[in-house]
Amino acid sequence: MAVTVRIPTQLRTLSGGAAEVDVAGATVGDALKALDGEYPGFNERLFDDSGALRRFVNVFLAEEDIRFLQGVDTPVADGQTISVVPAVAGG
Amino acid sequence: MAHTPATHVLGLRCRECGREYDVAPVYTCEWCFGPLEVAYDYEAIAASVSRESIAAGPLSLWRYGPLLPVEFDRAVDLGTGFTPLVKADRLAAELGLRDVWIKNDTRNPTNSFKDRVVSIALSKALEFGFKVAACASTGNLANSVAAHAARAGLRSYVFIPSNLEQGKIVTTAVYGGKVVAISGNYDDVNRLCAELAGVYEWAFVNVNMRPFYAEGSKTLAFETAEQLGWETPDHIVVPVASGSLLTKIHKGFDELYKVGLLDSRPAVRVSGAQALGCSPVAQAYLDNADTIRPVKPDTIAKSLAIGNPADGYFALDVVRASGGGMAAVSDGEIVEGMRLLARTEGIFAETAGGVTVATLRKLAADGVIRPDERVVVYITGHGLKTLEAVSPTCGPTATIAPTLDAFHEAFDIEESS
Repeated sequence: MAVTVRIPTQLRTLSGGAAEVDVAGATVGDALKALDGEYPGFNERLFDDSGALRRFVNVFLAEEDIRFLQGVDTPVADGQTISVVPAVAGG
Repeated sequence: MAHTPATHVLGLRCRECGREYDVAPVYTCEWCFGPLEVAYDYEAIAASVSRESIAAGPLSLWRYGPLLPVEFDRAVDLGTGFTPLVKADRLAAELGLRDVWIKNDTRNPTNSFKDRVVSIALSKALEFGFKVAACASTGNLANSVAAHAARAGLRSYVFIPSNLEQGKIVTTAVYGGKVVAISGNYDDVNRLCAELAGVYEWAFVNVNMRPFYAEGSKTLAFETAEQLGWETPDHIVVPVASGSLLTKIHKGFDELYKVGLLDSRPAVRVSGAQALGCSPVAQAYLDNADTIRPVKPDTIAKSLAIGNPADGYFALDVVRASGGGMAAVSDGEIVEGMRLLARTEGIFAETAGGVTVATLRKLAADGVIRPDERVVVYITGHGLKTLEAVSPTCGPTATIAPTLDAFHEAFDIEESS
């Protein structure tokens, strides 16, 4: 599956400044791993030592938080967009 | 590093991994995405403040200037802070408690505690040279950003969920900025703002101004301690949305001790209040879980309807470490809480205040809050903002003709009672 990953400003130093990167993968986790394959460094920024997504990293597939889906195991469809967004405060 | 001679700020530090950053409009750690927090030179602050110097300051949050991350002479000021702390004996008696106080933050310029955080955020925005103020809001922040932007001569863009109470929309739009209603909930609005903040050079108070913004909430702790004669309460009850307010009030008490304004180390038990229809932090607490699971909010307490609370983990840590408790209360209990506070103390709180009072009641009934404790309850927004919540149950007691007979018929009152 070809999907687009939207890169937040904080991580664009890793993607050579690119705001969006096209990668291949069957799940959200696969796609993020593929991102690290293309631009090494993403893995350690997005995942902690145990391999889980860091707790202040929010990942959305087609506008839905993946924690409401199947987390990193959520299957992706061709052409979908994955967004990586930092948590923000407010109210 | 930016030179900020008029403040005691050393820089910014990641709360998660401890990495340090220069003072700038940045909010997340580039390494782990953890939130950045202002780091201070507490020795320098201790040398520059005393109870007397504070007492001689203005009757607003600016009396605590040395403990804040902005330069006072650039302050955006609508007169926020130093709101009343009132002893609530009638409320206490109803709940079987003896020493309850209400910190009435409905008395701020736009009638919520958000004026505290926005005063700091927009003062800092001016220091950074921004021309536009923006925010994602559940309503109270929208009011406050629009008003303070007007005061500061900044343009404003305020982003809100489209289902917000009408009162909160009107009281934002009146200040003349742009109000953008989003088809979605607060978490959707917030995510859009996080992305917009990467595109536009605006001061998003709860995004790129967040490390400074959040510091404003500490002034609630400063005022509470000063108003209690430089003592801290035994127990406080705080509403939880993103978790920032609760975390910062706790931090505020600790800072007062660090800079020598308190005689003994504070041991304040901190309890958190959430609505059942949006209680990710309370659920984690009640389940004894380490992970906060985001939820889709469904509650009348819209100002607390944050399903993915950014500071939830820190709030949970504070509640657990301080020996406090948490509760999640139903919409019915929220309305009851609003009416209880109004009926016993003459204070009309918005739905979030209903959540807080209902939580106070629940934790008192469960013995978590004890009669021997001095309790401070934070009422953070005015009831006129959420009239919808109480209008079905609050109306005329009777509608009658303008005659004595009609009155006597409606009310059977003994002479001169």
